[in-house]
This record gives sequence, C-alpha cells and structure tokens, in this order.
Amino acid sequence: MKTPDSYGSYGSYGSYGSYGSYADYATGEPIADAKAPTGPIAERWDTRRFEAKLVNPANRRKHTVIVVGTGLAGGSAGATLAEQGYHVVQFCYQDSPRRAHSIAAQGGINAAKNYRNDGDSVHRLFYDTVKGGDFRARESNVHRLAQISVEIIDQCVAQGVPFAREYGGLLDTRSFGGVQVSRTFYARGQTGQQLLLGAYQALSRQIAAGNVELHPRTEMLDVIVVDGRARGIVARDLITGKIETYFADAVVLASGGYGNVFYLSTNAMNSNATAVWRAHRRGAYFANPCFTQIHPTCIPRTGDHQSKLTLMSESLRNDGRIWVPKAKGDDRPPNKIPEDERDYYLERVYPSFGNLVPRDIASRAAKNVCDEGRGVGPGGQGVYLDFADAIQRMGRKAVEAKYGNLFDMYARITDEDPYSVPMRIYPAVHYTMGGLWVDYDLQTTVPGLFAVGEANFSDHGANRLGASALMQGLADGYFVLPSTINDYLARNPLGDEVDAGHPVVREVLDETEGRIARLLAVDGDRTPDSFHRELGEVMWEFCGMARTEEGLRKALDRIPQIREEFWRRIKVPGVGEEFNQSLEKANRIVDYLELAELMCLDALHRAESCGGHFREESQTPDGEAERRDEQFSYAAAWEFTGTGEAPTLHKEDLVFEYVHPTQRSYA
Amino acid sequence: MALATRATRTDRRPSKTPTFWDSTVGKKTVMAVSGLVMLLYLVVHMLGNLKIFFGTDEFNGYAHWLRTVGEPFMHYEWTLWLVRIVLVLAVVAHAVSAYQLSRRDIKARPTPYVHKRKRASYATRTMRWGGVILGLFIVWHLLDLTTLTVNEHAVHGEAYQNVVATFSTWYGNVIYLVAMVALGFHVRHGFWSAAQTLGVGSAARDRALKTAANGLALLLTVGFVSVPVAVMTGVVS
Amino acid sequence: MKLTLRVWRQRNADADGSMSTYEVDGISSDMSFLEMLDTLNEELILKGEDPVAFDHDCREGICGACSLVINGDAHGPERTTTCQLHMRSFRDGDTIDIEPWRASAFPVVKDLVVDRSSFDRIIQAGGYVSAPTGSAPEAHATPVPKPDADYAFEHAECIGCGACVAACPNGSAMLFTSAKVNHLNVLPQGAPERETRVLDMVGQMDAEGFGGCTLTGACATACPKGIPLPSIAAMNKEFLRATRKVSRG
Repeated sequence: MKTPDSYGSYGSYGSYGSYGSYADYATGEPIADAKAPTGPIAERWDTRRFEAKLVNPANRRKHTVIVVGTGLAGGSAGATLAEQGYHVVQFCYQDSPRRAHSIAAQGGINAAKNYRNDGDSVHRLFYDTVKGGDFRARESNVHRLAQISVEIIDQCVAQGVPFAREYGGLLDTRSFGGVQVSRTFYARGQTGQQLLLGAYQALSRQIAAGNVELHPRTEMLDVIVVDGRARGIVARDLITGKIETYFADAVVLASGGYGNVFYLSTNAMNSNATAVWRAHRRGAYFANPCFTQIHPTCIPRTGDHQSKLTLMSESLRNDGRIWVPKAKGDDRPPNKIPEDERDYYLERVYPSFGNLVPRDIASRAAKNVCDEGRGVGPGGQGVYLDFADAIQRMGRKAVEAKYGNLFDMYARITDEDPYSVPMRIYPAVHYTMGGLWVDYDLQTTVPGLFAVGEANFSDHGANRLGASALMQGLADGYFVLPSTINDYLARNPLGDEVDAGHPVVREVLDETEGRIARLLAVDGDRTPDSFHRELGEVMWEFCGMARTEEGLRKALDRIPQIREEFWRRIKVPGVGEEFNQSLEKANRIVDYLELAELMCLDALHRAESCGGHFREESQTPDGEAERRDEQFSYAAAWEFTGTGEAPTLHKEDLVFEYVHPTQRSYA
Repeated sequence: MALATRATRTDRRPSKTPTFWDSTVGKKTVMAVSGLVMLLYLVVHMLGNLKIFFGTDEFNGYAHWLRTVGEPFMHYEWTLWLVRIVLVLAVVAHAVSAYQLSRRDIKARPTPYVHKRKRASYATRTMRWGGVILGLFIVWHLLDLTTLTVNEHAVHGEAYQNVVATFSTWYGNVIYLVAMVALGFHVRHGFWSAAQTLGVGSAARDRALKTAANGLALLLTVGFVSVPVAVMTGVVS
Repeated sequence: MKLTLRVWRQRNADADGSMSTYEVDGISSDMSFLEMLDTLNEELILKGEDPVAFDHDCREGICGACSLVINGDAHGPERTTTCQLHMRSFRDGDTIDIEPWRASAFPVVKDLVVDRSSFDRIIQAGGYVSAPTGSAPEAHATPVPKPDADYAFEHAECIGCGACVAACPNGSAMLFTSAKVNHLNVLPQGAPERETRVLDMVGQMDAEGFGGCTLTGACATACPKGIPLPSIAAMNKEFLRATRKVSRG
C-alpha cells in the first residue's frame, strides 16, 4: 500500500494501491445467518417474531433510530418505526423525501393474493423468486417476502394508493416478466411513484406528529461505530456544507443500489453508493457485489453528452420484434432493408420463447450482435424493436391503446415516430442485487447497523424478477425491520451516551472533513464527471453483460490507475461550506472507485454464470449461462481490509430444502 | 391507555383550523357570493334601463315605482334602501377581499421574472384593473344619477332627463363606455371564476359555464351600452 | 448549435442575484436541456469558475426535482419537465433566459435551486390517510368504483415540482394542494379525514405565503403531469363542504 502524500494520515484514505494477484485474496471464516429459525419454512417468520424480544411501548420513545434514505424501504421503515413510538431521525439527499428514486419504478408490485384464482400462492411466489434468482438467494428470506407480499397490498390500499381497478371496483392485476400467473398490481406505468407517495405520506404524518425528525438535503458520509456497535452517522448539510454528527441506538441504511458505478444507468443522477460503501469500510460485509441486472429495453445513448439512460417497460417485447441487419455495417434506413436481409436473432436462436426470453438473455444477445458490428443507430449500439407486424396484425389503434404512452416517451426523447420507424433499444444497468450482507433480521455484520431495500443483498439472489423490487422494499420497511429491530434494541440496553466529544466520533469526523478538504485541495485539471465517465466505461466494458477473466483482470489493473489519477488531477471548484454540487459528485466518485474494484473482484472470483452474472468461460455448448452449484452455491460476503488491499471473502453456504436447483433453459 | 396513545401517536399537528375569513379560499368565496349578488342586481338594473326606450313617462314612472316597491307592507323607499344596503355591503365585501387577496398575491411573488411573458396574467390584470375602474365608476355613477351632484340636469324625479343630460356630454359617454367594457370583461372572468370558487365547476360543466359567462357579459354590456348609444344617435332625447 | 444563455446566479439565499451571460457551443439537438447545462458546467469547472447549481435527479420526468423557468415558461416551451425537454426545441443562435422558480414560499437556495419544503409541510398538514402499518383491512374489503379510482389516480400523478406555483402570476399553490386533496378525498379510505384534510391543508398553504387563486389557468397549462384546472374547483367544493360540516358539528 502506497501512501501518496501527507493526506495519508486520514485513515487509509487516498491510498490507491493495486492488487497484485487475485489468486490470493484471503478466504476467511464462513459466515452464517444465525437469526433465521429452523423448522417448516412457512412458520419461520412467525417463530422469529415470537422469539424476538420486544421493547416496552413506554420505553420506545427513549430510543432513537437513524434511517438513511426515504425511498420505499426507508420511507416505510421510518413511518412504521415512528408509529411504534421510536424517535426516528431520517435523512435524504433530495430536497424532499418524495423524490427518492423508487418513484421511477414503472411496472408493478407482485403479491401472492391469488385474486385471479389462477393457481398462485405464497409458495408459488417463493418458488418463482428463488428460481428467478438463479438459486443464489436465501430460502428463508424469500419465503418471508412472499408471505408479506399479501399484507403490503392491504397496507397500500388503506393508505389510498390508487391501484388500477376493474369496473366492479376490485383491484386489477396483470402478468409481468413472463410469469404464468397474474399477480402484479399496478397503477398505470407509475406504480413506484404511487407506492412511494403512500410511504411519503405516512412519513409526513409522523413528521407532523413530531415523531420523525427529517433532514432533507443532508447526505450521510460515514457511520459511527463505537465499541463494535453502530451509534450514529456523520452527515453533510448540502446547503450549508456543514458536517455534523448524529447519534442513535441503531442505524438503518435504506440508501438504494449502486448502479451508478457504471456512470450510465437508469438510476437517478444522484443515487449513490456512499452510505453502503462507508458502512462497508466500517466493518459491514458487502455481499455479491457483481450481481447487477441489465435491462434489455432502454433507449440507446445518442452521444458522449448522455447523462443517464431511460428504461421502457419490457412489456414492449410482448408485441415488438427485435432484429438487426444480417450484414455488418449495413447503414440503410430500417424501412429500406428487405425482410430477407434482417436477422430476427432472438426468434432464430430461441424459437420457443422468441422475443420473450428473460432479461439477461435478451440483453446479452443484443450485445453480441452489436459486438459483431451489426448494431444500429449512433455508434452501432442499438437493435431494432419493430412494431410493423403488430400494427398490421392488431391495427394502429390497438397498439396505441396498449403502448401509446411508451411510444410517446420514446418519440419525445429520440424525436422519431415509433409507429413508422422501428424503435431502437439497448440494454442498460438497472438494478443491483448485491449489497450489504444482512442476516434474517436485516442486520449487517456491524451490530445495530441494518440495511433494507436495494441496499441489502438478501432476497433476489443473482437476478431479480420484474415487479419484485417494490415488493422487497416495502416488505423490509413496513413489516420486517420494525419487528426485528425491536429484538436488537431490547437485547442491547442503552449503553453509554455517545457524543461529539467521544474519541471515535472525533476520528470519524476528522476523516470525513479531511477527505472533503483533500478533494478541494487537489485543484487539478479534470472534472468529477470525466472520471465517473471513464470508470463507467471500464465497468460497462469489463464488468457489464458478459465478463471474462481476462477482461476483469484488465479492469482490476485499470481501476486503481484511475483512482490514482483521480487523487492527482481532480478539480472541485468552490469551498466545502456552501452548496457545492461538484463536491457532492466528487465525493461519491471516491467511493465508486473503490466499490468498482470489489465488484470486479467478486465477478472474477465467481467463475460461474448465474443470473445477471455471465462469465463467458462458464456456458453450455449452446451458449447458455452455466451455474456451478458444487463450487458456488454460496453468497460471497466481502470484508474490507483497506483501500487497494485484498479483501477477505466469507462464504455463506446456501441450502435449498424446498426448491431444488435446476439449470434453466430457454432454447 | 395513555401509554398506548403515546406509542402510536396519531394526534395531528398543533394547528388551529383557520377561520373561514382568514383563508384565501374563504375570501374568494366572499368575493364570489358578493359578486353574484351584484351581478343579479346588474341584470335587473340593465333590464330596467331599457325602459328608457318606451319614453319619458314610462321611464320616470318606473323610477318612481322603485321607491314604492313593497308598499303597503314596506314604507316609502324602504325596499330601495334595503337593496342599497345589501349592495353597499356586497361592494365593500368584494373590494376588501379583493384588496387583501391582491396584496397577498403580490407579496407571494416578491421577485419578478426577468424574462417577461406576454400572455401571462390576462384574467388577473383585467380583474384587478377592471375592478378598480368599476369601483371609481360606481362613485361617479352615484354622484351623477343618484345624488345628482355632478349631473347637468339634476332634477329629482326626472330620471329620463337626467340620463339624457349625462349622455349628452362627451365625458359622460366616455366614462360610461369604458366602464361598461370593463364590466363585460369583469363579468366574463368573474362569473366563471365564481362558479369555480363555489365548487360548481367541473370538466364536464366547463363549456356551459364559459358560455354562460360570455353570454352574461355580452348581454350586460350591450344592454347598458344601448342607452348612451341611443342618446348619441338621437333615438332617445 | 451555438447558444447564448442568460442564467440567474445567486451565491446563496442571502446574497443578491443577477443574470449572467454564457456562450455554449457544440450543443447537439439530441441533448436534453439539462445535458446542455452539464456541458456548460464542465467548461466552467475547467475554467475555475463556479458551475451553475440546479436541481435534478431522475432525469426521466417523474421525481419532480428539476425546476427551471426557461424564457419565462416553467419547464420551458414544451409541456413536460425540464429534464425531458430537448435542445431540438431551440434553434442555433438562440438566446435563452434561465431563472429559478419565483415565489416567496420557494426561497432561492443557490442559483437555480429553490427550497420547496413548503410543499412538504402542506402534505404534513393533512395530505395522508391515517393508516398505521398493520391496521389495514383486506384490500378487497372496500371496492372502489373505477371512475373514482381513475379520478384519484389522475390527481395522484402530481410530482410536486412546483411548476404551478412558478407559472401562477400570484404564486399560488392551489393546483398542488387540490391535487392531493382530490386524490384522497374521493377514495373511501380518505373519507374519515375528508374535512380536516382540506381545511388543514388549505390553512397550511396560506400560512406558507402562497398567493390566492384567480383562476388564470397558468398552473394547469404549465403542469407537466396535466393536473386539470377543475381540480381547484373541486377542492373549493370540498373546502366549503368541510366548513359547513365543521361549523355544524
């Protein structure tokens, strides 16, 4: 480990050493989930709730819980904890809790209500989710998720969430993502927005009642761990730039996923990994960081100015046909390419599923044809999604009724009329299944530090099913965490009061302030965005849809170099004690530059293909992902040892008692 | 169960429900109701004015009758005074709420936009300036044809001659015409706006309300304006 | 494309602000308006100047963070959010004026960023249904007629961006407030708090210093989500109904 200059005194900050060889990352003790009860899976959640200790209602007010983030998981957790009587101190970087990125989810939320009488059940949702996650999720957690899914719908309806209804006044559902039952509840294409507003309103009610102390435009920059327990956070007021400490009896991270490591993703511009990465540096293990989901139907980028990507509902694949020209570099307009010179590659390769193959297969196939030089549009990074046949078959009216708003969105962004010219689509990073390792109680390896929603790794395994993200966020926030956190608080009586004068607190604060000071002091010649873009390109190229040992090693060489250059050439204008968006951005990139390395290492060590993680070395003769259960049926929980130091791997063995692993096949 | 109440606290934020008059919506309601009262009066007033086309006797007779309406139950001029009181209350209520709301509105946008848009506040501007014009007009109108202070003829009981005298002066015509055009615009937005304020408006009824507002505005303006036009053209003299 | 930008610059809430002029070149018509500003900011950073602060997040038209008045129009010439406005709506050589939302209830934080927490306080005053977690009855216990559900949804689409206030000559928040009142008051779940909700929310709206409504319709024209103007009339109706009921009861 090199220490570049005098700033090295701020912990391990600013070091940018590089891994020598990946063969020798350390493997530590296996890790196990000690909280999930044994016994029949359907009874485990009840058992756990019964075994958990409770906090006397009269004492709850004396407990302060910090919640970071106000999305579906954080908003619902904050509201529910406050309803129970806890004193909640909540943070979001946005100007209002209502803007958390859960708001952008379009499709819907799954629940095993079986309102359609089509054979759905809790067990079937459990089964589909474990299988969809390609057997890399924990059975106990997934079953609990399926059980709770039912209560979520009840809760949201009671809050006034305007789900789509039928003429009889009952809730409408649809089938989603190739699932054979109709279990997805939705509110047009804005389900995430409506569910988030429900949670936001519940939270608002608690803010008004004085039970939640909200700090908007305040970004968490570190966790305070005293005597092995999470006791608070360090956060920066984004308006004044003041860095302050906040103390609590437990800290809940609901800060979302880390898709923005890739620079271009469907995440919001300011979604970031700082909270989880800081927690990781303070001792929380990070699990399965390489499991990222890439969504096949996004609008392609138009040039280097592109700042983010926009997703279009994958329902488009129900009627649209995907193709590219047969010849390389064929730059005729699509309407001029005759039928026999088009390659409907999904229909050709996967005759039984055709255009409806799962997300990862569709994404990878698009990448392959583009890599062959047959991609269309600017930079050859796109494939056609053609509705000409659908319009002919169903009539323009019917297509308009079904997809009108998506077509409008596409037309607005691209200025092309999708009714007359085929749409162009390309895959984009969409969701990260990996996250902080948590036990059945959603507690990380740091006692008192919990992680909910996309910030944890728990329920989706290696691949998330459509309409399951909203379900998990709300299950964690409304129902799981408020039950399990009781147990922690009840078993850990209030310890010594921690305040700003505590030496540990002083140290954490100094480190944070030092990092900010250092970012401002470099005064180099490159903007934060230029580094973020460069990192994103490396990640997309080598840790994107298809990964190889060779590529990952290249990335692992490259990332420390970028990190070193970052600390040498970054330019952040202005000062720390003001509203400074460049500083916010640069500070987030610091963490991306470390997390990216762990993602690549995790991808490298997992020499199998599963779910969203495709290793080219591990595929069946016909090019399908090949899982290697004997070697990799575990969750990889990484322990931080220092920037640029080889982390320690702790394996959590996955046991499948109810759903037996099978190799999926879509050919 | 104090404990349980504490634990699941559901009491609301300590805010007192604002009284009707304190709220912007309440003040707007006062404006709407007082406006509609005046509007009703104006329709009757305008119809009465048309009697001028039937000659001196009929018009002056009508003017006299206005003082004896309700007799024998009402004493002489009681009904008229009742109407006057209601109208004064309506004007005061309308003007006070308009003044307070306007002050509030101006305070709500302390820094104006540098880039001015032309099409912005048509309705707001016509309502505010129109309202001021109409207020000034009412004063003049009362001095002219009620107290006869500024009238050139100024004989009580000779309403017809007083009216003709007014519209025989250029300034009488100008003031009146400007005020009636302002009235048309004011009623046009005001009637529709009052309907919205009173919660009668809806997407389905919007067309009907707008048509009614335009119709009323046109009717009142044309009806009132017909009198000075008739005097100017010699139809009434 | 080459453009001249005139941008409101204000160091912080207490400082005086003014319009500053910048030239940007090499703008592609495929860029979004915010990507055009990104380009400007990249140049400013490298020149050692303070980049222009503006709120933005999802950049897909749903979070409601972006908030620019462009040539006098909230969210610019198209009926959409600023992040979904593309440079093809402008022509080479144009001069574009960019200002923050202007309202006393939305004080400027820096440059084009304003504080919209007044909206949050209006929601806190009553824009919710009191349904603590765990207390919910089975979802199908209360059917909701489809027209009511659709009506609720139409109003629930509000993204809280504040364009209505920015566009209103009176800086009124009636459209925002009415959207939430109507969303919840039409549903059976919202019925028990129907009166207190509208009274408290209107009370808070007034307390925040928003102007009154003169029904100019500028709000509904600017609303990127198409919250309709009759929404305001519907809230007035709720308000009057609540006033009668509360004074009776």
